Amino acid sequence: MITMKINGQQKNWDGDPDLPLLWFLRDESGLTGTKYGCGQALCGACTVIVDKQATRACITSVSDVVGREVTTIEGLHPTGDHAVQKAWRQLNVPQCGFCQVGQIMQAAALLMENPKPTHDQIREAMAGNICRCGTYQRVENAVRLASTGV
Amino acid sequence: MNILTNPKKLRGFERHIKVDNVSRRSILKGLGLAGGFVLAAPVMSRPGFAAYQTGADKMPHGVVVDPRVFVSVASDGTVTILAHRAEMGTGVRTSLPMIVAEEMEADWSRVRVQQAPGDEVKFGNQDTDGSRSTRHYLMPMRQIGASARTMLETAAAKRWGVPATEVKAVNHEVVHNASGRRIGFGDLAADAAKGAVPSVEGLKLKDPKDFRYLGKGAIGIVDLRDITVGTARYGADVRLPGMKYAVIARPPVTGGKVVSFEGSEAMKVSGVEKVMEVKGWPWPSKFQPLGGVAVIARNTGAAIKGRDALKIVWDDGPNGKYDSVAYRAELEGAARKPGLVVRKEGDVDAALKSADKVIVGEYYLPHHAHVAMEPPVAVADVKGDRAEIWAPVQSAGGTREDVATTLGIPQENVTVNVTLLGGGFGRKSKCDFALEAALLSKELGAPVKVQWTREDDIRNGFLHTVSVERIEAGIDKNGKVTAWRHRSVAPSIASTFAAGALHQAPFELGMGLVDMPFEIANVQCENPEAAAHTRIGWFRSVSNIPRAFAVQSMVGEIAHATKRDQKDMLLELIGAPRIVKLDSVKDLWNYGEPYDSYPIDRARLRKVVEFVADKGGWGRSVPKGHGLGIAVHRSFVSYIATIVEVAVDEKGKLTVPRVDTAIDCGTYVNPERIQAQMEGAVIMGMSFAKTGEITFKDGKVQQGNFDDFPVLRIDESPAVTNVYIVPPGPDTPPSGVGEPGVPPVAPALINAIFAATGKRIRALPIGKQLEA
Ligand code: FES
Ligand code: FES
Repeated sequence: MITMKINGQQKNWDGDPDLPLLWFLRDESGLTGTKYGCGQALCGACTVIVDKQATRACITSVSDVVGREVTTIEGLHPTGDHAVQKAWRQLNVPQCGFCQVGQIMQAAALLMENPKPTHDQIREAMAGNICRCGTYQRVENAVRLASTGV
Repeated sequence: MNILTNPKKLRGFERHIKVDNVSRRSILKGLGLAGGFVLAAPVMSRPGFAAYQTGADKMPHGVVVDPRVFVSVASDGTVTILAHRAEMGTGVRTSLPMIVAEEMEADWSRVRVQQAPGDEVKFGNQDTDGSRSTRHYLMPMRQIGASARTMLETAAAKRWGVPATEVKAVNHEVVHNASGRRIGFGDLAADAAKGAVPSVEGLKLKDPKDFRYLGKGAIGIVDLRDITVGTARYGADVRLPGMKYAVIARPPVTGGKVVSFEGSEAMKVSGVEKVMEVKGWPWPSKFQPLGGVAVIARNTGAAIKGRDALKIVWDDGPNGKYDSVAYRAELEGAARKPGLVVRKEGDVDAALKSADKVIVGEYYLPHHAHVAMEPPVAVADVKGDRAEIWAPVQSAGGTREDVATTLGIPQENVTVNVTLLGGGFGRKSKCDFALEAALLSKELGAPVKVQWTREDDIRNGFLHTVSVERIEAGIDKNGKVTAWRHRSVAPSIASTFAAGALHQAPFELGMGLVDMPFEIANVQCENPEAAAHTRIGWFRSVSNIPRAFAVQSMVGEIAHATKRDQKDMLLELIGAPRIVKLDSVKDLWNYGEPYDSYPIDRARLRKVVEFVADKGGWGRSVPKGHGLGIAVHRSFVSYIATIVEVAVDEKGKLTVPRVDTAIDCGTYVNPERIQAQMEGAVIMGMSFAKTGEITFKDGKVQQGNFDDFPVLRIDESPAVTNVYIVPPGPDTPPSGVGEPGVPPVAPALINAIFAATGKRIRALPIGKQLEA
């Protein structure tokens, strides 16, 4: 039996310990905010925060997060009003929206570590998150907006 | 066999195109099947409004203008508006309901948008493709809103016993000015619902100067909050009690099939419950599943792990030798020989012979995959002769038809719930993934989710075609272009629907080949044969991508050869500001739109070039190693011009400091989303230009994920992208937005690279070509 802490709640799993956290979240726990986009840590759609660190849930197994704090989009902010979420809404960032949870989680992790990132630091930190709709300009502006407080 | 001669072969296919100007409905009539589904056709012509026609009523099931179908008002005043088109990121779920709310004087903060299921008899055509939603539905949605408003006003007038002409709906209330009385929409709802639906002809539409929402762009998308908090529901997010998770191993070669398989190792994987064969259809298989072996499990992760443990022997079938290197040579060979003439004016051979200078450009664009961030996925629950589907499909109505046919059950027994689409780009116009889920659910007797992995998406999709475009331009002593021969050779989308389709269909030829707008005396367009060896499908902008790349690169080449400014050259080629007469083209297609309302207008083409040149600072001086490039293209009956500034360093590293793009899409609804679409189109166009390439060897796609099929990332994106919307002329009809932004991007970038480095790139993607 594996025990994890997800969004402050204890979760148990007695299946395959190698199961990627992504599928445990989505299929076994109903936390579908975290998305599947590539399964290979190439797109960032599955980004969650593990102990303050942006983490790709698709290549992280459930056994990897034993004893750690996992935060998903569902647990980012109690009312969905994290500075990043607010900035995202202010700039109407999403198009299809599918990549956006991953982008938001990545941005939230960046600002935790570096509250005032530069243009280049934003681009570097967000480069692992693909948006096929091409919302990059707004993503960048929203991270900047969130870093200056909304 | 010619696919155009056999209407039975056209199932599904004809949903998206006009074949030889025969609409699907007339095909149905010809077969004596059914017709008369259209409840009302939009009437555009009335004082104060554009007297324009669209091709909307020629689409399958046409247009329905009926407020009772699209609008409901609750007694608490909540107005619910149905969105019958699919949301894949264009903002259509916001923009079309906004049009209704505008006309009915609803307060947007009290409007709820609800997604309509697939039912084209009820809602009219639902194929969300071809950049058609706004251009086909601006007027119908206005009429629906005006109709609902009139019904509310009539109910209020009746209650007060005053003439209807004395009352007026204003922001969610009906007001009687003379007496100062007012009553909310909610209080009128029950009475209004009992009233008659006014005739479309008698409706009074709002004066555009009174618009609160249309053309303003001040409203966020309706799903904004849900997206940012993770509750927006995409296809992959649907969960049903007792639902099984499936992934499928599909034939690695298009047209291949399973010979035998061994599933015992897969069954040992924790969480795997079953291994079973999935039915496939013989190539070409339209939208039908490819077949293969499915692994059923308690979660997706287990299903994927189980699939990795399968042992399958495949028969590769007729396409097992498909090889991209050899195929490119084949296409080039074909492009160097005469082909089927699809447009001819003057005598191009003689003009090329007598030209002072002939410039030849041969341009190559490889296959490209959609890679929407959400790979195909669908949930099906089939019970007896009933089926319910939840899927991110662009074609809700078409999916319903195809599920019914595939399962052999009546259409009325099929419910298709359209979720949000995590990107579509044309891939999700084909519902094969929903059909797979339906077949598996039927066999298992349980709800099933079929999840495509990214590798499945790249290897088993419906790719953008591969093409060689060869242009020969003859120039006289004065530098004037007197001859233009364009040969376009590419496997056609028609090949996905019928064996032996060797020529491109009218809807492909009409995307930048036969509709070439330049004023040149001798023009000939040819389409040599090309056989397909994989599934070819619509991809955002479709054939316009290779055509604009070729034509606009050639403009850059001519400008260089004649020592002229790119923009001046472009304007000279466009010629005088007139409507183009193309009597020489048998089937212009024109995106299914009537030419009178949507002609090729050189004045608009010139204007969008001048607009972007002015706003985008064409001709500004740029630092060493930088260059500016420009391109213009008309597609989906809109006009777009783009300027790209590039910087190329000594090592050949390419960066893009700035992009300026201008769109003339006629009368517009939601400028904020138009801007978003243009920003996104720049990114997608740059992916085409820089890195995107799908290649085949031994019939198999050689790429599988974002490592070997990279798409543009934020660190490579332009530092700034400016978007300008050209103010529409009075009563200019609305035109496409979702697709037309893409085609000019790659050629503008390529022309900029030439300006910066003197290197002319004729094969995309750029890849390492600048490093050489
Ligand atoms: S799904 Fe994890 S990075 Fe793409
Ligand atoms: S918004 Fe569609 S992938 Fe980013």
